[in-house]
Amino acid sequence: MQTTFPRLLLDHAAQRPQAPALREKEYGIWQTLSWSALATLVRHIACGLAEAGVAPGDHVVVIGENRPRLQAAMLAAQSLGAVAVPLYQDAAAAEFAFPIDNAEVAYAVVEDQEQVDKLLEIRPACPRLSRIWFDDPRGLRHYDEPGLAAVDALIAAGQAVDRQQPRLFDEAVHRVRPEDVAAMFFTSGTTGKPKGVVHTHAGLIDRALAGAAFDKLTNAEEVLAYMPPAWVGQNVFSYAQWLACGYVVNCPESSETVLIDLKEIGPTYYFAPPRIFEGLLTSVMIRMEDASAAKRWLFQRCLALARRVGPALMDGQRVGVLDRVWYALGNFFMYGPLRNTLGFSRVRIAYTAGEAIGPDLFRFYRSIGINLKQLYGSTETAVFVCLQPDHQARADTVGVPIDGVELRVSPSGEVQVRSPGLLKGYYKNPQATAEVLDAEGWYHTGDAGFLDAGGHLKIIDRAKDVGRIAGGANDGAMFAPKYVENKLKFFPHIKEAVAFGDGRERVCAFINIDVTAVGNWAEKHNLPYAGYTDLAQKPEVYALIRDCVEQVNADLAADDKLAGSQICRFLVLHKELDADDGELTRTRKVRRGFIAERYGVLVEALYAGRASQFIETPVTFEDGRSGTVSADLKIADAKTFPASRKAA
Amino acid sequence: MEGSVMLAPQAAGSARRRRGEVILDVKNISLAFGGVKALTDISFDVREHEVRAIIGPNGAGKSSMLNCINGVYQPQQGSIAFRGQTFKHMNSRQVAQMGVARTFQNLALFKGMSVLDNIMTGRNLKMRCNLFLQALRWGPAEREEIAQREAVERIIDFLEIQAHRKTPVGRLPYGLQKRVDLGRALAMEPSVLLLDEPMAGMNVEEKQDMCRFILDVNDEFGTTIVLIEHDMGVVMDISDRVVVLDYGKKIGDGTPDDVRANADVIRAYLGTAAGGST
Repeated sequence: MQTTFPRLLLDHAAQRPQAPALREKEYGIWQTLSWSALATLVRHIACGLAEAGVAPGDHVVVIGENRPRLQAAMLAAQSLGAVAVPLYQDAAAAEFAFPIDNAEVAYAVVEDQEQVDKLLEIRPACPRLSRIWFDDPRGLRHYDEPGLAAVDALIAAGQAVDRQQPRLFDEAVHRVRPEDVAAMFFTSGTTGKPKGVVHTHAGLIDRALAGAAFDKLTNAEEVLAYMPPAWVGQNVFSYAQWLACGYVVNCPESSETVLIDLKEIGPTYYFAPPRIFEGLLTSVMIRMEDASAAKRWLFQRCLALARRVGPALMDGQRVGVLDRVWYALGNFFMYGPLRNTLGFSRVRIAYTAGEAIGPDLFRFYRSIGINLKQLYGSTETAVFVCLQPDHQARADTVGVPIDGVELRVSPSGEVQVRSPGLLKGYYKNPQATAEVLDAEGWYHTGDAGFLDAGGHLKIIDRAKDVGRIAGGANDGAMFAPKYVENKLKFFPHIKEAVAFGDGRERVCAFINIDVTAVGNWAEKHNLPYAGYTDLAQKPEVYALIRDCVEQVNADLAADDKLAGSQICRFLVLHKELDADDGELTRTRKVRRGFIAERYGVLVEALYAGRASQFIETPVTFEDGRSGTVSADLKIADAKTFPASRKAA
Repeated sequence: MEGSVMLAPQAAGSARRRRGEVILDVKNISLAFGGVKALTDISFDVREHEVRAIIGPNGAGKSSMLNCINGVYQPQQGSIAFRGQTFKHMNSRQVAQMGVARTFQNLALFKGMSVLDNIMTGRNLKMRCNLFLQALRWGPAEREEIAQREAVERIIDFLEIQAHRKTPVGRLPYGLQKRVDLGRALAMEPSVLLLDEPMAGMNVEEKQDMCRFILDVNDEFGTTIVLIEHDMGVVMDISDRVVVLDYGKKIGDGTPDDVRANADVIRAYLGTAAGGST
């Protein structure tokens, strides 16, 4: 279908003017914005932007949480043929400087004082940035900066313009062509400077519709938008597919109320990276540990049954009558209420993407009756490449190529994709574009994988991350760091892990404990601690983590390909890995190379066999100040198992 | 929506920079408990829209001073004028009706009630319906409840405690309880807010948050703020003018810089070179 986002908006407003488009919880009540009200809002903002000088092809930066008026601002920019550039709202000021400078941004619509402060901070470095509008005026009344104004003022100006030139908006929308650029997403990138991924209206809408058709999405779906809008995943689910299908997007009250809001809304279509599912499971497990013995026993029994029967039921396989009866009972007493607590009562389709998900984690959600599936895609492919059909969701594959996607595996094992939703290119970076997009239009994903017998794509790791063990007993064995890390991260006590082993004799790992889960455990064991660093270095915590590591080793030993990846030594880091320190990407992916460099002394200590190592690390606090954290880190050995011995 | 949603920020205008008339004038107050002189001949004034701090070492009479303003204690001598009107004998209810709200050094919240209900109690004086109608929550009582709830929700939004709306106050960490206490005082839509050690017992982060909220209240609603505080850094940062008490007497009054340079104040806090430390 050849259309643009603003035209989709106007279509919905014409066909279903009173149907809800957006909801936002404000003052404790869900406030609804209908399609017609939204269209009017977009119209006014667009007219205001036009008056401020926004022209076709200009970049308009949008920074903030998911807020209806920021959504409207993106639509307004696109109505004028301008390009919406959402940036991560939790990024530090300095991180805005590159994209804003790179994209020659003159206009920004932001959420609140925090974002305004950050933009004003980098303004000297980005002199082109002339106009900034803010949605929430709190704390901003005394700001006397040129070009700074409230979104309310922008709307008021737009209303005046609209009265004088009533055809301005409609003509502008009419001029925007499907093949025009709609949005640019800066990939945080696990290496190097961010790159602006340029997408057209046609590309994004095509993929959104293909995904919608695959899962038979209707305009009755409910979605909760709580991930950063700058992440392409959130953008596709709460923007591209929202406009393509016309369902309702709900904006949570604040980032702290997401779980409450999730429960209140009960979304039918849900999308989250694995860490959210991990976090939810951890919170359930922590609460169960505090429950009475009888409840714990019941919970364990129900979960055991669910593990055995649930996935089979989900996949539509035959299950014995007795098991069905038991499962129905469990559903009534345990799984149903649990789904309700998690806010998943009405979920028809839930997707996890962004990273590989732990198989046990994946099975857990499916076993309690949540249709959790995996998808494969990236910013460059406008997300939708492979999706898992209902009844065929598996933990170790990412589904089948969907409509419009051509997929092949290069001789070197790299997955390559061709689809209408591919990026137009990296902004002002033809060299990087040429590296990933070849002359025939194939996009080189950089992922190592293969298609299995059933036509499902299986991803092993990032192609450049897959390494080999060198020397020692396992010389030449494959080392897939993410695979090992994911196994570790499935334990509720482990939040993050970084495995090293490429070109080395053995595998070693850094661990970040989950401070909530381990803190709770410490409390139960009467273990006093002063904070993360203190807790992390307790011998008891090391013993706890060693158990986890050894279980992973036992698992790995059962897989002959990866038996060499067993972890010989590990340490618990003295600080949590943080995106503000550049250790994680904004989407919370581990930047392995950077970490290896930053903590080089620790890596050396692991391999040198030392029992402890002193380290001092500079850290950045949330308010932008910096300081240092230092600690004497213990290093522990873990038991490994001979290959091919079956795991206990 | 009808009703009294007075916390509209626009009403205050650009408050912080335009300090107004004297709103509260304390003249020659003396207060004694039996033979113990808590306050001796204290005079100072508070101007509209300013942040006024009362500081002093332990036992200097700071809380007694607030209690006098608040109508909890009746000073033996002196007078307190509010907006030009002098009152001789006042109880706390009258003071509250005049638009003076306060928070307490030791929290006085209803621990078993939710955050929402606690803040709602601050709207007590705004409620017009009788007990009978309220019990039935019918007709005018229902409309009133909705209007009051909206005002409370605005405060919850302002203080960023949406996630704890329905949590019993007793289960919240101390810093958040202090915030709820502030919320309840704000629910009265006071023109003068008395804060008794709003930052006592808080960690650095909680203190920063609290400072921001106090300044925001002053800024957004134009509320005049009188606060007692121990943390000198905080006081010097956020107040416009400072009164210093020592042993029930006023030993300094002026801007933070004046007070910092005042020899008596330095002596009271640090002791003289000869007198040793405090």
